[in-house]
Amino acid sequence: MSYLLRRLEFFAITLWAALTVNFLLPRLMPGSPAEAMLVRFHGRVSPQTVKAMEIALGVHSDQNIVQQYFEYLGNTFTGNLGVSLTFFPTSVAKVVMLALPWSLGLVGTATVIAFILGTLVGMLAAWRRGGIFDAILPPVLIIISAFPYFWIALFCLLLFSLTLNWFPLGFAYDLTSSINLSWDFIGQVVSHAFLPALTIVITSIGGWILTMRNTMITTLAEDYVKMARAKGLSPLRIMLQYAGRNAILPNLTGFAMSLGFVISGAILVEIVFNYPGLGFMLLQAVNGEDFALMQALFLLITVAVLVAVLIADVLTAWLDPRTREAT
Amino acid sequence: MAVPALASQEIAEPVEPRAGVLRNVFSSLMSNRKALAGLAVLLLFTVVSVFAPVLAPYDPHSLQFDALLPPSIQHLLGTAANGQDIFSQLVWSTRESLLLAVVAGVFATAVSVVIGVTAAYLGGAWDHVLNLFTDVFLVIPTLPLMIVIAAYAESHGVWVLITVITVTGWSYGARQLRSQALSLRNREFLDAARVRGERSLYIIFFEVLPNMTSLIVAIFLGAALYAVLAAAGLQFIGLGDTNDLSWGTMLYWAQHNGALLAGQPLWVIAPGLCIAALGGAFALVNYAFDEISNPALRPVKKRKR
Repeated sequence: MSYLLRRLEFFAITLWAALTVNFLLPRLMPGSPAEAMLVRFHGRVSPQTVKAMEIALGVHSDQNIVQQYFEYLGNTFTGNLGVSLTFFPTSVAKVVMLALPWSLGLVGTATVIAFILGTLVGMLAAWRRGGIFDAILPPVLIIISAFPYFWIALFCLLLFSLTLNWFPLGFAYDLTSSINLSWDFIGQVVSHAFLPALTIVITSIGGWILTMRNTMITTLAEDYVKMARAKGLSPLRIMLQYAGRNAILPNLTGFAMSLGFVISGAILVEIVFNYPGLGFMLLQAVNGEDFALMQALFLLITVAVLVAVLIADVLTAWLDPRTREAT
Repeated sequence: MAVPALASQEIAEPVEPRAGVLRNVFSSLMSNRKALAGLAVLLLFTVVSVFAPVLAPYDPHSLQFDALLPPSIQHLLGTAANGQDIFSQLVWSTRESLLLAVVAGVFATAVSVVIGVTAAYLGGAWDHVLNLFTDVFLVIPTLPLMIVIAAYAESHGVWVLITVITVTGWSYGARQLRSQALSLRNREFLDAARVRGERSLYIIFFEVLPNMTSLIVAIFLGAALYAVLAAAGLQFIGLGDTNDLSWGTMLYWAQHNGALLAGQPLWVIAPGLCIAALGGAFALVNYAFDEISNPALRPVKKRKR
């Protein structure tokens, strides 16, 4: 249990750090572009809302900074994040919640597919050392890892949407329809999400394959694998239940560390495809100098990553008996 | 196979220990095909950025040509939306893109070294705090953080990009350096230095760091790859200086002017391939480093029947 407790402690500390960075950033930067933004709100929204935004963005601070900090924490936890300038007069909390499901669906699905597929391919590449898979994959994957995510997205757009006309150009569903639960609409959502998801899978799968291959190579040299071979167990069983099962643990830990990178890439992918998720919204907030929305999005993306990491930690604890031993 | 034979001769030569390590690494790099390919690309880009004025046929800012011309002998990659020659822009952009990668890579590596080695060397509570700090930075997604910092910055010049990339790009290296420094901490030569009464700074700089050279180089290569991609991403969404010439900025303008819809796909493809080639070069040399330090990862020849 102590492993999970330690990871929970880390979750809490990172969450606190993200909240604090979010609070300090506007105060640390020279000049205050947020001030100009807030002037536009006066008289248009309630005084409490303006005050909440002033505290979040560090403008007109007559209170001392400690009071401001606690008021900011209180506002954040109650979802009192002010009003969005870009989507006036919708509240920031509401705008963010509209974008969240699209991102979760797209990035979540694509990441899980990439992780499972990458782990399997990496396992096979290590198993067939010197085979075609093993010889070609590493250099190809290294090259792919160097392509910018957004450029792969642009390339997919050029190839599959503009040239071949297989998929729509962007957004999450046909703009002529409204959100409903018909099969037709679900089909639209899938075909609109296909290219962005493909891009995320292409760009993130390489990392999973390479780490899995490299740990698997080390695992295959272990005595228990030799023992299994000597016992004459079937190769498939040795690959999956003896070597693969053990090699997957470092990959799962690696998942936590590289998730931040995957999310960063996914933000750019959303921007290229005009996919109405958190990343696309973030760019709109930046371009519209909508600082309240921008900071709320930063916080939400970070929290989403932290929760995913925590899930990976729980999975690790469940799969690896060593983590359950009290140390 | 002439190259590996030459390399093994070099290793066999009796050389002074510390120089020997570096020379072994160098000769192994030279006999590794992935490393050679990567180094060749890096050299090519360096030459291009030095000789940009000679190599580019036109002034990259000149608006004298017709807009959106298709590729031809005069304009190898066609012209942009305001009539600039895309090939000349591509050549000149090499400078800023390469500079960003190297400088931001060096800075991020320096921060990694300071934090990682300090944590391991000081140990105890310091180690705990610094290690936690590193882990927090490792998990927080970098691009949103970079976007927020860049959005608050008053100007969007090269130095803002370098700062932002350094702040977000050091954590991975710090973690690796810490674990290697921890494994060095109780070695005898460090005990000897302590007994001699050397100062901590001396021990860190002259005893610990030289033993970590190859890891530091590997971390620099990883940081440089990160810098290439991060800079391209930030410039692409318009958070760089949009008047500068760099591959990311070229992609920003291409996207801004709807290059794909306007039938100028090369305007998008060419800078992207350059970014990938530069990043790929760093990644290849880095992977070769991995293969050299971990022989198990080296490619195996298929057994002959």
